[in-house]
Amino acid sequence: MLEVRGLTKSYPSGGDTLTVVKDINFSLETAASCAIVGPSGSGKTTLIGLCAGLDQPTSGEVHLDGVHLGALNEDGRARVRNEIVGFVFQTFQLLPTLTALENVMVPLELRGRNHARDQAVDLLARVGLAERLTHYPAQLSGGEQQRVALARAFINRPKILFADEPTGNLDAETGKLVIENLFKLNAEAGTTLVLVTHDLELAKRAQRIIRLKGGAVVAE
Amino acid sequence: MNSSRAPNFVGQLFSGWTWKMAWRDSRTSRKRLLLFSCSIILGIAALAAVGSLGVNLNRAVEEQAKTLLGADLVIDSREAFTPEDDQLFAKIGGEQSREISFTTMVYFPRTGGTRLAIARALSGGFPFYGQLETEPAGAAADFRHSDGGALVEQTLLAQFDARVGDEVRIGNLTSRVAGRLEKNPGESVALSAIAPRIYFSMADLARTGLLREGSLAQYRIYFKLASGTNVTQMVSALRPQLEKLRLRADTVEERKRELGRAMDNLYHFLNLVGFIALLLGGVGVASAIHVHVKQKLNTVAVLRCLGSSVAQAFAIYLAQGMALGAFGAVAGAALGVGVQMLIPHVLADFIPFSFQFHTAWFAIGRAMGLGFAICVLFALLPLLTVRRVSPLAAIRVSFETARARRDPLRWLVGACIAVGVIVFAFSQTRDWRIGLGFALGLGAAFTALALTARLLTFAARHFVPRTLPFSVRQGFASLHRPNNRTLLLLLSLGLGTFLMVSLYLVQRNLLSDLIVSSGKNQPNAVLFDIQPAQEEGLVKLMRSLNLPVLDEMPLITMRISSVNGRAVDTMFSNRQRDRHRWAFRREYRSTWSDHLRDGEKIVSGKFVPSVTNGTPIVPVSLEEGIARELGVGLGDELVFDVQGVPVKTRVASLRSVEWRRIQPNFFVVFPRGSLEGAPAMQVLVTRVPSSDESARMQREVVKAFPNVSIIDLTLVLRTVDSILGKISFVVRFMAMFTVLTGLLVLVSALVTGRYQRIRESVLLRTLGASRGQILKILMVEYFALGFLAALTGVLLAILAAWALAALVFKVSFTIAVWPLFLALLVVPIITVATGLLISRGILNHPPLAILRAEE
Repeated sequence: MLEVRGLTKSYPSGGDTLTVVKDINFSLETAASCAIVGPSGSGKTTLIGLCAGLDQPTSGEVHLDGVHLGALNEDGRARVRNEIVGFVFQTFQLLPTLTALENVMVPLELRGRNHARDQAVDLLARVGLAERLTHYPAQLSGGEQQRVALARAFINRPKILFADEPTGNLDAETGKLVIENLFKLNAEAGTTLVLVTHDLELAKRAQRIIRLKGGAVVAE
Repeated sequence: MNSSRAPNFVGQLFSGWTWKMAWRDSRTSRKRLLLFSCSIILGIAALAAVGSLGVNLNRAVEEQAKTLLGADLVIDSREAFTPEDDQLFAKIGGEQSREISFTTMVYFPRTGGTRLAIARALSGGFPFYGQLETEPAGAAADFRHSDGGALVEQTLLAQFDARVGDEVRIGNLTSRVAGRLEKNPGESVALSAIAPRIYFSMADLARTGLLREGSLAQYRIYFKLASGTNVTQMVSALRPQLEKLRLRADTVEERKRELGRAMDNLYHFLNLVGFIALLLGGVGVASAIHVHVKQKLNTVAVLRCLGSSVAQAFAIYLAQGMALGAFGAVAGAALGVGVQMLIPHVLADFIPFSFQFHTAWFAIGRAMGLGFAICVLFALLPLLTVRRVSPLAAIRVSFETARARRDPLRWLVGACIAVGVIVFAFSQTRDWRIGLGFALGLGAAFTALALTARLLTFAARHFVPRTLPFSVRQGFASLHRPNNRTLLLLLSLGLGTFLMVSLYLVQRNLLSDLIVSSGKNQPNAVLFDIQPAQEEGLVKLMRSLNLPVLDEMPLITMRISSVNGRAVDTMFSNRQRDRHRWAFRREYRSTWSDHLRDGEKIVSGKFVPSVTNGTPIVPVSLEEGIARELGVGLGDELVFDVQGVPVKTRVASLRSVEWRRIQPNFFVVFPRGSLEGAPAMQVLVTRVPSSDESARMQREVVKAFPNVSIIDLTLVLRTVDSILGKISFVVRFMAMFTVLTGLLVLVSALVTGRYQRIRESVLLRTLGASRGQILKILMVEYFALGFLAALTGVLLAILAAWALAALVFKVSFTIAVWPLFLALLVVPIITVATGLLISRGILNHPPLAILRAEE
């Protein structure tokens, strides 16, 4: 499902080059789950950004569902993101001017689907927010926002879901609820899951753990 | 891969989802977006109103052309009509009406007022179309009979406090004011300030005793022809004969063309001034959208993460920009429909006909289109950033968004705006130099203001002493911190100041130049139409009044009959319309003199002061401009027809003449000893110390020598002042649109910056800053902005006024200091007041409430 070969990303920094991700190789089967852990600044976020096609690597290749991301232009990658990838962010990233329901509908609407409503209502109900459809993000608690984000991530039936510290901004109790929802939806849809986290308890729920340090894989 | 999604941008822009998303996305910012669109409303309103005016003026000219001329055909001459002329007129037929007009002094014995006016002796039924509007109404018919009295223009009556029924003297004719002339078709009110008109019956003309050999007068005959006559065709058939008889014909068609051209100039000028307001509004839109886009970058990044294409994301925000433009256009047009009701009043003095104001939908649509285009183009500048937003920004909070990569599309949009401005300016001026000058001047003003802003931010960052109090330093720091509004505020305030101040300076310059040329020992009154026999008596009268005779010269009328052996009559083919023709065919009023006068300078050749009587070829001096028109230079030979006597001359020198001096100036100066025998009128130049003295002198002269006319410089000055005042009122009215736009941009800039202000001041207050300190910080910032904008605007205005004075009007340049100080005071005060007004919520609410409300 996901294949990463010799992935390296460097940024010019001052006069120097700062290499954030160094020669990373791994692959994930369909429906597998994997946690990426490591200290702050170890390159976790950069790595999943590259895997999801949010950015171009300096060298190396990413193949998502058999598609070579490096061979696509920006709009091509956008299409891949829309049709194969789901995303959950640490800071939720709901669109502030859209209601919960509208937020969930956006990925399907981007595909040109105009009848996304039923599906979105259904998903919101499954994360326990059936009563909150017309609320704006500012009117929702952090945990509720993240559950809306989960519903949004699953609405396009992604083949792979990237979650960047999904509980990082939540208290333990709320975080737990979100994680339950995440694994539930994941199991139902048979989605490949890539999780970035600090939380070792959470990491242990994944089938596989990749440890990063200084941009390189130190242990699996 | 699902290929049903149309990736192309145009498709996206017209997709319903894009607009739905644009609508949803605008939920929290609609009020602000509407405020942004306000900055273009005034510009569009101005253009809509002016455009509508243009259409109305053209229609009025079209509809009223006949009334404007008052006849189907007018033929005029500088000389009395000859029997040959009369034969031609008889052949033309129709109903006829004759008029002889000349300048003369009119005198109102009851109040003792006297001044130069245009006297028109009329016979027959002119005007055949339209009518002379008089008070009482019957006067328009009464004055046509012998002893029926005179119609006097209302400005003249008002000036001397004269009334209907008063006695009025024109030369030797004593008549009475039969009525007040209120409107005269085809002539504008502004013109009457220069030379008010007085109509009386042709039957009374002889009794004025004013028309003698050599007197300057214009002879006109008006025709009303059978309906259906093709006047244009008839005139072109008559052309050879008219040429031969030195008659000039004017038809309705021609008058329509001339008037149309004059009205077009007026309309184009107003359009340009209105356009500046629209452009400034565009800048306001660009800056507001810039802030808007900045707040939306995260949304864009998330959308990109969710798989929206670049085109989709861009289309959403362009849709917002377009909606904003459309709203501005509609609101602007609505306001324009209101403003157009005002414009006829503003222009009343300049339009020689009355007209009904109809809303010209086409013109309003055009203004809307132009406003919409400007709005979208300017909005595009910041909107293009949306294309560059990386989805990575959604997962990296500190992700650097402001990558200073050059965007070729941005250059393209910039170029579109520049070309658009030049094309618009050109379309209005029809002269590429003026069009380019307008665009470049505007560009220079924008650049200078932008540079000042740069300098100000730089200075605020580097040169604010640390010893200054905290709030002052904070105030200055606001000028350079990220997201500052320094550039925009300098532009909007500076441009407004620049326009208003330069208008004022130009008007002052035009006036003060006249005042300077009326300096201490300069002549300020000219007496002319003096007959040779009256000269001695007049000089004696001046002496008794204690007035100096500064200069005295003869004035001899003549025409050119041949140039270098070629007769002028054969020079032009009948149909040819040569712009030099007038120089060959006009009547010359020349003089002879043995010296050059002040303001005259020989530029080539040698001035010959005198010749012995009977010199076969007289060496003359030509004014350089007329020499150019005639295409002659030193050594060329001209033969003048001096009232029947041919006089051979050779161009001995070319002179430059300061035409602006209030003194008689001449194209051709003969040497002493060459023209003494020719019938001449004398001109006498004097200086009167005060307007009271001037009035006394005019009274005495008119009583003793009723045929002598007097030009009073103080009166001319007053007249020019009042006309300039009227013009500058019109220009200021249009410039107000720019100034108000500047204020709107100011308001919208402050509103967009409000959120950041609130965060900062809340933080400062949380840290213990007092309300007073925060107030001071805001005041320092706004004052610095307002003051520098005013300073730059004023400096630019001085530069522009200088350039206009030196290059366009060719007058000397002076600066009025006080108005400039006033601008430097008022602009900062307005800025500070507006700033504090908009920031008042910041100070009046507890920090927590603000944090919650704005979150």
